[in-house]
Amino acid sequence: MPSSIAKPFAALALSAALISIVLVALGASPIGVFAALGEGAFGNWNACVDTIVKSCPLIFTGLAVSIAFSGALWNIGADGQLTIGAIAAGAIGTHLGDLPHSIAVAIVLAAGAIGGAVWGGIAGWLRARRDVNEVISTIMLNFVAVQMLSWMVHGPLMEPSRAYPTSSPIAFAAQLEFYFPPSRFNLGMLLAVVLAVACYMLLFNTSAGFELRAMGRNRRAATFYGIRIPALTVWVMALSGALAGLGGAVQVSAISHRLYEKLSPGWGFEAIAVALVARLNPIAVIPAALLFGALDNGSQAMQRTQGISPELVQVIQALVILIILAFDTPAWTGLRENIFGAAGDDASAVPPVAETPDA
Amino acid sequence: MLEAFLVSVITMATPILLAALGELLVEESGVVNIGIEGAMLSGAFAALTIAFFSGSDALGLTGAIVAGVAINAIFAVLVVNLAVNQVVTGTAVSILALGLTGVFYRKLFGVTGKAFMVAPMAKIPLGPLARIPLLGPALFDHNALVYFTFILVPAIWYVITRTRYGLRLRACGERPEAADALGLGVIAIRWQALIVSGALTGLAGAFLTLAYANTFVENISAGRGFVALSVVIVGRWNSWGLAAASLLFGAAMALQFGLQALGTVVPYQLFLALPYALTLVVLAGFGGQAAAPSALGEPYRRQ
Repeated sequence: MPSSIAKPFAALALSAALISIVLVALGASPIGVFAALGEGAFGNWNACVDTIVKSCPLIFTGLAVSIAFSGALWNIGADGQLTIGAIAAGAIGTHLGDLPHSIAVAIVLAAGAIGGAVWGGIAGWLRARRDVNEVISTIMLNFVAVQMLSWMVHGPLMEPSRAYPTSSPIAFAAQLEFYFPPSRFNLGMLLAVVLAVACYMLLFNTSAGFELRAMGRNRRAATFYGIRIPALTVWVMALSGALAGLGGAVQVSAISHRLYEKLSPGWGFEAIAVALVARLNPIAVIPAALLFGALDNGSQAMQRTQGISPELVQVIQALVILIILAFDTPAWTGLRENIFGAAGDDASAVPPVAETPDA
Repeated sequence: MLEAFLVSVITMATPILLAALGELLVEESGVVNIGIEGAMLSGAFAALTIAFFSGSDALGLTGAIVAGVAINAIFAVLVVNLAVNQVVTGTAVSILALGLTGVFYRKLFGVTGKAFMVAPMAKIPLGPLARIPLLGPALFDHNALVYFTFILVPAIWYVITRTRYGLRLRACGERPEAADALGLGVIAIRWQALIVSGALTGLAGAFLTLAYANTFVENISAGRGFVALSVVIVGRWNSWGLAAASLLFGAAMALQFGLQALGTVVPYQLFLALPYALTLVVLAGFGGQAAAPSALGEPYRRQ
């Protein structure tokens, strides 16, 4: 088994072991909890479809994070970019009642992508032109986006009766239909899969993708190679933001149909776990997102039958991230080489997340 | 009205400033700790749980220090010893604390989240000073944590700028290779900064539960750790600047409550977004991080 696949699985196994310790400390049975998670996520046909639906925003944000991290741009702001995309989609979606379905949907999705691209592009521009660390700027932009959404649903976009802090539903023409009702399976999932393939092609089959990965490996060497780092930085962040924003638009168009506060339960942060489990490979983002979507979906059943609150899923996410990071360090590689001998097949497509190659 | 506002400003500013002073030490040593939000949340939870079951604020504060240090120790092992990406680690640590406090809170206090309150920390009025009109209640009638926080401002300024230890700390943040060559022990100094910061951030969390809310709700820190990050930037990596920025942001938060109650035309969300928007403007306007330590955020690995 190549180590690029072995590492995420080992990380998942180790975090399951650590979670078991936490569960025992809580007085719960680890086996019972894992069984309840699995039952809730895959127990019947509807649960399976719901798992797919719940993983959909995670594919979009997971792709956003993978693309940015591949260029060593630490976009912590997928959540804000998704939120801005959702606002754009929700704001424009109410005005499209007279348009044909396909055009209305296209406009709503485009609005979401543009909104996200602007939000990501601001961080990219600040990094490229004003030397502002994108980590800090994306964190700050997350909070500004959250407050903007809150203002929108209490102010300009509030539904006419002004009883609830939500926006009016978007026009029927702009809503993505469910293909197999009562399940909520919709076009968004197919779009996510297509985009994952497209992102893979972009990263590994185009010169732009090569430049992006070169920037991720070593910014200074990429400069000497003739890559225009500032322009690339802005474009990568805008693309990353567009992917997240599209995820927000799909959520509004297919599932929520309207805006409300705290639209995202943290998809942009969960996306970091998704992207790292996927080793930043866009195709692998799909199964990784399904895994975390399954955890999200199963957590409700776990709460019902085992009395463990759904926040347990966040503990799992965090442990997976931390363990994968630790596995990527030279200390671990040295240990492994001592035990198993030099591997040689570890030349994965992942830039060194274990260090900032900026120096 | 004005008096209540001033008291509110100090109350809102204290936890942010306390956490920011800890983050300042960490950043001077060359590390960015985004996990500060997690350390604050853990401190808040530990303080309330322990104070609730033991009835002792002192034990609660001790628990908050232990929790904050523990969270920072996880961060330190990965970031300082293993030289892992600080940003991703910090984000994961914050998510970890959010998850763990949420799970244990529900387990201990039931799914209903029935209110479990503690008495607010005792106030210590400073004699006749506390009776000065307007300023007395705002400045001289607070609990021990508030005084401690504001005494730390000159203390940390002195340590960083006027002592040999401060020089070593800054050397680690500016030129870690050079500091290491001089035998300063970059790893040890960064660990020390993170431990002190963990204690201060834990106490900042304790202030939220024991002095401000008198209870715990999930995600009670609500982004204050990230505001503390802003405070360090807007305050230009200087203790006095940090105090000024904290008071400014504290005033914005206090104003927001007033506006929400009054229902004015100015959206209160504007004030909630102010710390973050201002940070962006300051960073963009001052040409990035000219005042920041040179090696900030770069992992250091001994050659």
